[in-house]
Amino acid sequence: MDKINEVPLLKQKQGEDIHARFLLQRSNSGPANSFNPTNSSMFTLDVEVNIASKGITAIFGQSGSGKTTLLRCIAGLEQAESGHLTVNGDVWQSEKVFLPTHKRPLGYVFQESSLFAHLTGQGNLAYAIKRSDVASSKALYDQVITLMGIESILQRYPNQLSGGERQRIAIARALLIQPRLLLMDEPLASLDFARKQEILPYLEKLQSSFDIPILYVSHSMDEVARLADQVVLLQHGKVMAQGSTSEVFSRIDLPLPMGNDASVVWQGKVVERDKQWHLARVACAGGDLWVHDVNDEMGEYVRVRILARDVSLTLTYHEDSSILNRLLVKVAEIESDDNNAEALVQLRAGNDYLLAHLTRRSIDHLQLKQGSRLWAQIKSVAIVR
Amino acid sequence: MLTEADLAAIWLTLKLATTVTALLLVIGTPIAWWLARTRSWLKAPVGAIVALPLVLPPTVLGFYLLIAMGPNGFIGEFTQQLGLGTLPFTFSGLVVGSVFYSLPFVVQPLQNAMQAIGERPMEVAATLRAGPWDRFFTVVLPLARPGFITATILGFAHTMGEFGVVLMIGGNIPDQTRVVSVQIYDHVEALEYAQAHTLAGIMVIFSFAVLLALYGSQRKTSLWS
Repeated sequence: MDKINEVPLLKQKQGEDIHARFLLQRSNSGPANSFNPTNSSMFTLDVEVNIASKGITAIFGQSGSGKTTLLRCIAGLEQAESGHLTVNGDVWQSEKVFLPTHKRPLGYVFQESSLFAHLTGQGNLAYAIKRSDVASSKALYDQVITLMGIESILQRYPNQLSGGERQRIAIARALLIQPRLLLMDEPLASLDFARKQEILPYLEKLQSSFDIPILYVSHSMDEVARLADQVVLLQHGKVMAQGSTSEVFSRIDLPLPMGNDASVVWQGKVVERDKQWHLARVACAGGDLWVHDVNDEMGEYVRVRILARDVSLTLTYHEDSSILNRLLVKVAEIESDDNNAEALVQLRAGNDYLLAHLTRRSIDHLQLKQGSRLWAQIKSVAIVR
Repeated sequence: MLTEADLAAIWLTLKLATTVTALLLVIGTPIAWWLARTRSWLKAPVGAIVALPLVLPPTVLGFYLLIAMGPNGFIGEFTQQLGLGTLPFTFSGLVVGSVFYSLPFVVQPLQNAMQAIGERPMEVAATLRAGPWDRFFTVVLPLARPGFITATILGFAHTMGEFGVVLMIGGNIPDQTRVVSVQIYDHVEALEYAQAHTLAGIMVIFSFAVLLALYGSQRKTSLWS
């Protein structure tokens, strides 16, 4: 009775999103983690996140930050001491309720191969189809098989498949359960660079082909820049930031594990194509950018990534340089770590942000301070999607 | 070569081993599953009790079973209430004794195989909507297949060869409790060495064939999985 009265209320309140709050303590850092074998200390996950129930949301952070544990809590594979979880208005966990994993309409892709060794690729897919609460159609099956490119390998057993092939079948299996939420725990982490490059395009297509919200755990800036629409940044079991990828990446006050990869991600529309020089003009909130024309149609949305080390600043507009993209920017913030030779500078460009990686000496030389107006020269822009 | 009595003993032995193995797979599977998964403090004592027949002289086990199944033992009182009489010196009694005696040979391979599966396939199955029973039958049992093969062969072979427990609780009743090992003993007692040779030889060949099949199957399964 109580539940019947509760659900519509929650629906109204929570809307179409995922709201999760977990407090969990473990004597070691959750599940075995090959990146961080040396932790015997207490680990606490204490998070509250709100995730829009569409697109790809990256759960991002360094090893041992609690990313996987958070995902496992959402899946019900780990039971937090105290937790509350609603997905699109349905209560999956509360003080009174704990929905076991097999009753949650989710799909899960594990970090390493998780195919059943006693079943062929096809058998593994059938295992999901048979148990899905939504009737499967031949059309969906064909779509998934084609999308993941696994038709020719379905008769093989997992031990006859490469790591990349196994992971593609595992993703297909998770799709065929027809989940309302897809959880992916570093699906590429166990693969070498070549295999990663093999699977990434499939993951990109995944989002445009299936309208399922995806939670994607990753510690790779590259993957997140390519795939994620939103980012939840975790550190030491706590949420440091959550928001759109471009917003989170453009902040310089966050402990992003980026090293030399500091970058911003912009989204824009192709508005002009220059056939002669094979360039395309992409209109972004931060300004127009010329990029390599990779046969994107006019009007198509693309995602570009600008590395902070590719951005330099000049006080005047230089016509006489090889740089293609120059934007008028205003200094928003300068990283205040005096112990480094270099610092990140956050720049306001149009309605978006840029990051520039400069030496402190240059910052001093240009007399940069908050509000300074100058020109950003962007040496290269990469289309990531 | 083989007398009527020898053939009867062989037949009885096969019947006993088959019955006991079947029972052991049914009883041993949940015990092994519990031992493989539990974090209870009871794991160590239960594991030790299951393993006791490995180290106890069969006569000790047989002695206690004889008393327990006797008219004043707790098993005996129970079977009498059910109107089954007492179990010692019957085929049923032999089955009960053998089940205890061969339990570790079935439980331990099963437990090892189930532990080797680990938590992950169970979690995967749960994310694919498989409930606990579904997971057990569609994931645990198939993945523990090598363990079941080992358990079946060891349980069967070990029951075939038992002697001490049979002597204590079964005695030497033709068609009831006179199994091959007892028959061989009888032949030797009667100085019928030729007949003892035949039966003993059959046992050696059979045991070797069984173990050969076991190791052969293990090589195959480990290649396969």
